Amino acid sequence: MNFFLEVLIGGLLSGVMYALVALGFVLIYKASGVFNFAQGAMVYLAALSVVGVMEKGAPLWLAVILAFVIMTLFGIATEKFVLRKLVNQPPIALFMATIGLAFFIEGLAPMIFGSEPRALELGIVDEPIPWILDNWNMVISKFDLVAAGVASVLVATLALFFQYTRIGRALRAVADDHQAALSIGIPLQHIWAIVWGVAGFVALVAGMMWGARNGVQFALTFTALKALPVLILGGFTSVPGAIVGGLIIGASEKLAEIYIPPVMQDLFGGNFGGIEGWFPYVLALLFLLVRPEGLFGERHIDRV
Amino acid sequence: MIRKLKPALAAAALSLAILSPLAMAAEEQFFPLIDYRVGPYGSNGQAFYGGFIDYLNYVNLKEKGVNGVQMTWEECETEYNNAKGVECYERLKSKAAKSAGPIHTMSTGISYALVDKAAQDKLPLAMMGYGRTDAVDGSVFPYAFPLVTTYQMQASAIVKFIKDKNGGNLAGKKIVYLYHDSAYGKEAIIAMEAEASLNKFTLVQIPVAHPGNEQGAQWLKIRQEKPDYVVFWGWGVMNQTALKAAQKVGYPRDKMIGSWWTGSEEDVVPAGDAAKGYMAATWNVAGKQVPVIADIQKVVYGAGKGNLQDAGKIGTVLYNRGVSAAVLSVEAIRKAQEKYGKGKAMNGEQVRWALENLNITDARLKTLGATDLLPEIKTSCDNHEGSGKVKIQQWDGAKWVPVSGWIEGNKGLIHPLFQASAKQYAKEKGITPRDCSKEK
Repeated sequence: MNFFLEVLIGGLLSGVMYALVALGFVLIYKASGVFNFAQGAMVYLAALSVVGVMEKGAPLWLAVILAFVIMTLFGIATEKFVLRKLVNQPPIALFMATIGLAFFIEGLAPMIFGSEPRALELGIVDEPIPWILDNWNMVISKFDLVAAGVASVLVATLALFFQYTRIGRALRAVADDHQAALSIGIPLQHIWAIVWGVAGFVALVAGMMWGARNGVQFALTFTALKALPVLILGGFTSVPGAIVGGLIIGASEKLAEIYIPPVMQDLFGGNFGGIEGWFPYVLALLFLLVRPEGLFGERHIDRV
Repeated sequence: MIRKLKPALAAAALSLAILSPLAMAAEEQFFPLIDYRVGPYGSNGQAFYGGFIDYLNYVNLKEKGVNGVQMTWEECETEYNNAKGVECYERLKSKAAKSAGPIHTMSTGISYALVDKAAQDKLPLAMMGYGRTDAVDGSVFPYAFPLVTTYQMQASAIVKFIKDKNGGNLAGKKIVYLYHDSAYGKEAIIAMEAEASLNKFTLVQIPVAHPGNEQGAQWLKIRQEKPDYVVFWGWGVMNQTALKAAQKVGYPRDKMIGSWWTGSEEDVVPAGDAAKGYMAATWNVAGKQVPVIADIQKVVYGAGKGNLQDAGKIGTVLYNRGVSAAVLSVEAIRKAQEKYGKGKAMNGEQVRWALENLNITDARLKTLGATDLLPEIKTSCDNHEGSGKVKIQQWDGAKWVPVSGWIEGNKGLIHPLFQASAKQYAKEKGITPRDCSKEK
C-alpha cells in the first residue's frame, strides 16, 4: 500500500509538470482556435534563453527577466510576421504556420545560444523530503512539490485572467470567430500578441522547471509529447482542465508502468515495460471515444 | 627545328594540363563524412566530428599526409535521421568510388540502413562501439566493422568490473539493467542474461520509453528492488534524467555504471551534482594530457585550421573519441598502402582489407602519441571487433577520471552469440559466408 501511494503521488506530481507544458497549448488554442505545434520549441527557446544569458554573467533573476523579454518579443514578432497574414484563414493554415515556426525556433535557438546540454540550477535540490522519508518511507521530492506550487499559482492566475478581465473575454471572443470579433472592434493583432506573449511566459516557467529537472537541451522540445494526451483529456480550451488532465495522465501512466508489465509477463512471457510512452495516448484515445471535447472542453454544437 | 617541335610541345603541354589534375586527385584520400552537427544530438556530433577532422588536418600538416597522400573529406548533415543518413550516403558514394576512408555515421540506426548498401558498393562501414554487432563475424559482413567494442562485449566488461569489485563473486547479488527501450538498449540484454546465468546474480530488466525524460516509476521500482548495482544503457536526455531520478530516490551514483553512450561531459554536466560519482564505460580517456591531443591543438589550431568553433571542447570524451576514430582510420589507410602501394589513394576494397588486418599495438599507439585513446586492436576476418576492451571512468563532479585499466569482456561467452546471429542473417539474406581460414 505504501508503495502504491508513493507511485500515485509521484505520478500526480509528474502530471503537474506535464500540465505546465499543456497550459501553453491551451492559451494559444483559446485565443486563435489553433493547435500550436511550436509550444515544445518555445519551451526550449525559453530555457535556452535563461542559461544563455546566465553564461554571459547575468544572475538568475536578471536572466529570467531577459528571457521573458525575449519570449514577449518573440510573441509580438510571431503575430506581426506570421499570424497577421493568416487572419480569417482556416485553422489548418495557422496550424501549418506553427509547424514552420517550430522548425525555425529549433534551428535558430541553438545557433544563438549554443546546442550543448547545460545544467540550470534554481536552488531547489531534487531530493526526497527527509521527514516524509523517515516517517512514511516514501520518496516525495522537494523539487516536485515546488513545481506543483508554481503550477497551481499559474493556473489560478490564468483562470482568473480569462474569466474576469476584459482581455480574457476578448481572447475568448477572438477564438470563437476572428471576423465577428474584428467587426465589434476587438483589436485582433493586439490580442494575439498578448496571448503569444503570455504563452511565452508559460513556456518560460515550464522550460525552467523541466530544464532544472533534466538539463537544458534539445530534448525539451519533446515535453510537448507529454502534453498532448493531457490536452485531449482535459480539453483544449480549459486552463483547469490542463491541470486535471495532467494529474490523471501522470498518475495513470506511472501506475500502469509499475503494475501492468508483471501481469503481461505472467500472461504472455517475455519482457514488457516502458509502456508509459504509449499508455497515455491509448488512454486519451479511449477518452476521445466517449468525450471528444475532453473533461472541461467546450462542447461544439453546430446548427443544421 | 622549333617550328617542327611546336605541335609536339603543344600536345605534351595539353596532355600535362589534362593529366595533372588527375595525378593530383590520385594523391588524395577521400573520407565521406556522414555526420551530424545540428538537431537533437548535434552537440555530440560537433565534438566527435570536430576531433575526427582535426586529426585528418593534423596528418596533412604534420606529415604532409600518409606517404604524401593528402586526407580530404566532405561532410553531409544527417541530423541523426536515418532517412537523411541514407540520402547522404547516396550523395557521397560516387565521390568515394576511387578512394574511400572508413565511413563513421555515429548512429546505430543509420549504420543498420547502410550495412547492405555499403557491401554492395564496396565501401567500408566503421561502427566503433555501435551499429550491427553481429558484424563482428566478418565472414558474413565483409564491409561492416563494429570496431573496438560492441554493446555485448561492453556489458560483459562492465559485469567483470563489478565482479572484481566484489572479490570475484557475484552469486546472490542483484543487478538492474535499466535501458532505453529501443534496438540499442535491447542489444546488451542477451549478454546480461548470459552473464547472469554464468555468475549466478539476479538480473532485473527495466525499460524506459523514448525519449526517457520521465523515469519516476522506473526509479521507484529500483528503490523497491534494492539492487547492488544498476547497469545503465541510456541515450540523450535519458542520461541526465536517470542521474537526477537516482538522486531523488537516494540511489548511490557510484553503484551506477553506464555504457559509453552515457559517458561524455554532455551526459553528466546537465545533471549537476547528481552526476558526481557516476561511472561509465569508455575506450578513450578524456583530457589534453594525451600527447596527440596537445599536439593537435598546437599544430592545427596554431595554423588556424581547427574545426571546432568552441575550442573548449578539445580534450572532452567525445572530441578525443573523434580523434581515436580518425587515428584508427588513418592507420587503416597506412596499412592498405603497405599492401597496395605507398603514396597512392586507396579505394573501398583496399581499405576494407586493411580494416580486416589491423594490428595496432601499444607501441604503435605510443609512437602516434595516442596512448589510451584506443586499446590494442588486432582484427581478422572472423573478428571485426579487434579488441572488446573498455575502461571504466568516473565523474568527479568536474571531469572524467579513469578508475580501471583495460577490461576485456568474456569473449568465449559473447562472440558465439554474434556468430549465431550472423549465421541466421546469412541464411535470411542468402549470403554464402567467406571461408575465413583462406583470408589473409
